[in-house]
Parts: sequence; structure tokens; C-alpha cells
Amino acid sequence: MKRLIVLGALVALPLCAAVATADTVPDAVKFDNGAVAQSLTGVAGDPADGLKVATTRPMGNCIACHVAAGWAKFADPGDIGPALDGVGSKYTEAQLRGIVANAKMTFPDTLMPSFYKTSGFIRPGDGYTAKAPTGPIQPILTAQQVEDVVAFLMTFK
Amino acid sequence: MMKLRKQATAMMALGLLALSVGGMARAADPDPGVDLVINGDTKLVTRVPAPANIPGLKEVYSGWLFHDPTTQAMETDDFSNPAMLAVDAGNAAWSTVMGTEGKSCASCHNGIDSMKGVRASMPKVNKAGKLWSLEDYINDCVTNRMGAKALGWNSNEMSGLTSAISMQSRGMPVDVATDGAAAPFWKEGEKLYYTRTGLLELSCASCHEMHFGDHVRDERLSQGQINGFPVYRLKTTNMVSIHNRFYGCVRDTRAESYKEGTDPLRELELYVASRGNGLSIEGVSVRP
Ligand code: HEC
Ligand code: HEC
Repeated sequence: MKRLIVLGALVALPLCAAVATADTVPDAVKFDNGAVAQSLTGVAGDPADGLKVATTRPMGNCIACHVAAGWAKFADPGDIGPALDGVGSKYTEAQLRGIVANAKMTFPDTLMPSFYKTSGFIRPGDGYTAKAPTGPIQPILTAQQVEDVVAFLMTFK
Repeated sequence: MMKLRKQATAMMALGLLALSVGGMARAADPDPGVDLVINGDTKLVTRVPAPANIPGLKEVYSGWLFHDPTTQAMETDDFSNPAMLAVDAGNAAWSTVMGTEGKSCASCHNGIDSMKGVRASMPKVNKAGKLWSLEDYINDCVTNRMGAKALGWNSNEMSGLTSAISMQSRGMPVDVATDGAAAPFWKEGEKLYYTRTGLLELSCASCHEMHFGDHVRDERLSQGQINGFPVYRLKTTNMVSIHNRFYGCVRDTRAESYKEGTDPLRELELYVASRGNGLSIEGVSVRP
């Protein structure tokens, strides 16, 4: 809902309106040494929405594997991956966008899932239903959800 | 909880050490010095050196070692072990006539103690050269010798019988064959174990070999051993079969899972069982 209103306000600016209606599709994302310089949507990410994406299971569920002060109010974060405190200083926005979109471009063979990818899977499923997808595979996160998480991570100074 | 976290941190430090000396996985005992003794007299083996054909592990650990003391305690006393209800039901079913032939299991096998050792060697290749799980052998008797309808893989009737039969091997080491006729099935199972499935692209090894002792959110990862099965899960308040647990873990990688009672899960069962060769069969166990 909030997003629609934001979009509505941006339509007045011709440049943003053009990009906002055409997200970069997963297969067209350009990685340079793991980093993705261009926003996937052209719409600035919302850190508050990023928190929700990071801590909700059908979405990013970053909290399943990472500890971070940014989500300290939620109980029992997992510890498969490194703690994320300070990543907003350690990495550029482009690097974080690359890590969230497809971490394997930065860390080959990493366990971290690729959140903005639609091809190359073995036995892809339809969410957590245990069944095969009925239509084309959707990325785990939408383009804007990636931007929201990246904006949120950029506040981890 | 605090204590568990501290342990995990200590394990991580040791794990890094193991890595730096060339080991693939963390080698620290998840619950050092703690032994599983049931009813005050039956001491079970919960840690053994890894079998030679499992290069990814140094030592193997029963899932029992990874859980909180309250859950652990439930398994040390058969009166407080909720899985014993399934054992009781299975013992009763053993001598109950079913099907058109007027027979019970006991008609052919006599006492259930005749099943001693059976669970410890499952799954195994049958006379026709197919890999069969305990459930397959049970259903072979139920349908072909007793004239009854096959029991559902996840049914209460099935978990009762597998639980009662498993109890006959309590304390015996897991001892599945991985060579000879079993070798091709074992190889397939090994392949499945290391295949990264689903939208999350995780394999069994991602969680249970590389990260045992760590947490996925609030769940502490074990090595995913099956010497304790069938298990009673406190979260879902029911008995869980080996294949049902596998089905759930594959599903949780956001994959199209494999159904219980299909060949991929039989092969995976053989391979995973072999990763625990030498651990005690626990009979039935309790998990969070
Ligand atoms: C299944 C586990 C898992 C999940 C889920 C996961 N990660 Fe990761 N993440 C990892 C691992 C493991 C690494 C370490 C990279 C490597 O393999 O070297 C990592 C690394 C990172 C890094 C780099 C940290 C550093 O200091 O170098 C960032 C940033 C990150 N993850 C963010 C996220 C975000 C944001 C999400 C959710 C949208 C997420 N992760 C979900 C496992 C995970
Ligand atoms: C995303 C992480 C993840 C993956 C991938 C995964 N599991 Fe699990 N598994 C878990 C968690 C969490 C539990 C519950 C804690 C525990 O018992 O380890 C569990 C439990 C188990 C158990 C029960 C162990 C016990 O003692 O009760 C078995 C067996 C098991 N997994 C086997 C497998 C197999 C085989 C695969 C691959 C087909 C697999 N798992 C893949 C997370 C995973």
C-alpha cells in the first residue's frame, strides 16, 4: 500500500517512472566482481520494509542464519553465517546488492541462498509446499524487496 | 539456552581449529562427558569415530547429544518417553490377527524378540535385488502373507510396528552393508546427500555435515543421524519415520520433495544409516 503511494508520487518524475515500471529481471542483472551497481528498480529501498523482509520466513529470513544488532529485538537468530554488524561500512551498496541478489557471485560455493535468481535450480519447489512450481519460477525476493534489504543493511554501520 | 549457545561458540572455535589443520567439518563433541543411559542400566553409544567411507566427518554423534537437558532426560526413562506409547501399540499389533489369512505377525515369527538385530541392518537389499526399508518388509508380510491392505508409511499402525521392532535392537550398533549388492544404492544415496536442492540450494551436508552444532533460527542442527528413529517429535506431538523426516528437510530447501516409500529416500536412508554405523540403535527417541 505504502509502496503504491510512493510510486504514485514518483510518477511525476519522468525518469523514475520509466524505471519503476520495468524492474531488471533476474537473468539480466549485471554482476561486476560480485557487485551490482544499478538499482534493480530505480526506487530507493525502504529500511523499515527491509527489516520485515530480513526477519520473515517466507521472505528473506536472513535471521535464520545471521545474528545482527539490527534485528536484536527478535528472538533466537541463527548462526550459520557471520554476524552482520558493520556490513554497511565494510561493503558498498553495490556489493551488498550483489550479495543479497546472488551471494555465489561474491563467495563461490557459499551456503547463502541466491535471493534474486530464477534459473539453474535442482528440484525447485513451490515455496514450502514440497510440490513442483506450477508456473515460471519466481525469485525468493522481488526486486524491490532486494532494494529494501540493501537499504536496511546500509544502516549497519 | 544460554548454555547451549556458549557450547556452540566453543564448538565454533574448535571447528576453526579443525579446519585449519585440514579437516572438512567441525570435530568437537557437542555434549562432552554426557552419556545416554536408559532406565539407569542400559548405556548407549552416542559417539564413535566416523566410518572410513565418510570422509566429511571425524566423529559421528547421535542426535540425542544436541538437545536441551529436559528433552534428553525424557529419553533416559521409558516411563517418561512418549514414544513408548507407540511401542506398546506395536507390541499389541504384533499378535493381532489382520487380513484374509487369519494370521498375526506372531503366527509366523513367534515372539517379537525374534526381530532382534533387524532394525540395525536396515535398509538392506532383498532377495529380488531391491533395496527395502523396514516398512517395505513389514508391508510385504502384511499384503502377501496376511492378505491385508498395505499400511500407510506414516500411519500409526506402521509407526507402532517399526517402533516395537526397533526396540528389539536397542543397544546394538547400526550395521548396514554398504558394499556388495548394496554398493550401487549407497552411491546413489551419497550423491543425493551432497546435491544442493530447491530454491535455497542446500544439501543435507550443508546443514548436517558443515554446520552441526550451529543453529537455524532457534533449531540446533545435529548430524541428522537416524540411529534414534522412529522419533517422537514434541513440536508436532507424533511419531516421525525416517522418510518423513527426510521429506520435511528436502521440502525446507524450497524443493519439490521426494515422497515417503520411494527409491530416492530408500537410497538416502541407506547412505545416512551408514554415516552412523557403530552408533547404538536407541529403540525410539524424543526430539524437540
Ligand atoms: C542459509 C544460510 C543463509 C541465509 C538464509 C542468509 N545468509 Fe547471508 N551468509 C551466509 C553465509 C554462510 C555467509 C558467509 C559467506 C561465505 O560463504 O563466505 C553469508 C554472508 C553474508 C554477508 C557478508 C558478510 C560479511 O561480513 O562478509 C551478508 C551482507 C549477508 N550474508 C546478508 C544476508 C542477508 C541480507 C540475507 C537475507 C536476505 C542473508 N544473508 C541470508 C548464510 C546465509
Ligand atoms: C536448511 C537446513 C537443513 C537441511 C538442508 C537439511 N536438514 Fe535435516 N534437519 C534440519 C533441522 C533444523 C533439524 C532439526 C534439528 C536436528 O535434529 O538436527 C533436522 C533434523 C534432521 C534429522 C533428525 C535427526 C534426529 O536426531 O532426530 C534427520 C535424520 C535429518 N535432518 C536428515 C536430513 C537429510 C537426509 C537431509 C537432506 C536430504 C537434510 N536433513 C537436510 C535442517 C536441515
